[in-house]
Amino acid sequence: MRAETLDALNAERAARRAAILVTDIADGAQRLVTAGAIDGDRLAPELRRALAAGRSGLVERDGRQLFLTVQVPPVRLVVVGAVHISQALAPMAAALGLAVTVIDPRTAFASPERFPGVELVPAWPDAALGGAVPALDRYCALAALTHDPKIDDPALAAALRAGCFYVGALGSRKTHAARLARLGEAGLGEAETARIRAPIGLDIGAVSPPEIAVAVLAQVVQALRRPETAP
Amino acid sequence: MLSSDTDILTAAASWRRDGRGVALATVIETWGSAPRPVGSHLVIDEDGNFLGSVSGGCVEGAVITDALDVITDGRPRVLEFGVADETAWQVGLSCGGRIRVLVERVD
Repeated sequence: MRAETLDALNAERAARRAAILVTDIADGAQRLVTAGAIDGDRLAPELRRALAAGRSGLVERDGRQLFLTVQVPPVRLVVVGAVHISQALAPMAAALGLAVTVIDPRTAFASPERFPGVELVPAWPDAALGGAVPALDRYCALAALTHDPKIDDPALAAALRAGCFYVGALGSRKTHAARLARLGEAGLGEAETARIRAPIGLDIGAVSPPEIAVAVLAQVVQALRRPETAP
Repeated sequence: MLSSDTDILTAAASWRRDGRGVALATVIETWGSAPRPVGSHLVIDEDGNFLGSVSGGCVEGAVITDALDVITDGRPRVLEFGVADETAWQVGLSCGGRIRVLVERVD
């Protein structure tokens, strides 16, 4: 591997951008394909599949074995609202390997006693994001769970603008219709707000907070692994 | 703390910048119950210092030996370890799996 290739790979990772290193097993020849260049690449179908799965592996092309080193930024889950569902959601998400942050300006909710071992940010989402919490990007999922528009709406707007791969919001269809109207007034287009999954979670008939947490996480995994299912 | 593959590639770049001879080993294929997933890295320098893991300790010694040759001649190699292989018995992939490891020099 050339040192420049290694440096480029490390730079992509530091910038939280996906990249795939293609290595010809027979002669060691290598090239780096950044996420933005995949569509125009001659290996585009193989690269897209590997990127969606987030897994490195061998592929065959024209009788040659190529190893794809897939580098995907670690996925983060930002939960807005230190509510009952979040108490179940945070440890489950950690078990899935997601880096979880819970944001809630209401310190009575966002208390370490309620969230032992969880990264907790007692601040308004617009103040927290890009400050105490790294700015959102496309390898982030955001779940807005407070039911309070003052807290949820700015976070949802930030998530949509950042292109988060998953944006979900708790609330009934009626609540969501009112939310869409507010976000529209805030300047977000219909194509953007249509990306919000609401009512949040896969429809598995979840009732209790831990069940709702399972439904939300299942939907996050689906958004990550099967991007074609996005609304 | 366990080194992630992230730390390992950063270390590979930084060791190389320090002027050390460096090789990178990557698990490219596994069969059966292999201890480390495809894509796992081990970085080795010319003195045999290493970081990371390709097998959780079973075959690292053999990989490091070959890595020193790769650092010397610059020719990438694919190594295979498994229970069907006599040398694998010696170095001991005790889990019963088989792995293929690509070893390349960082130039």
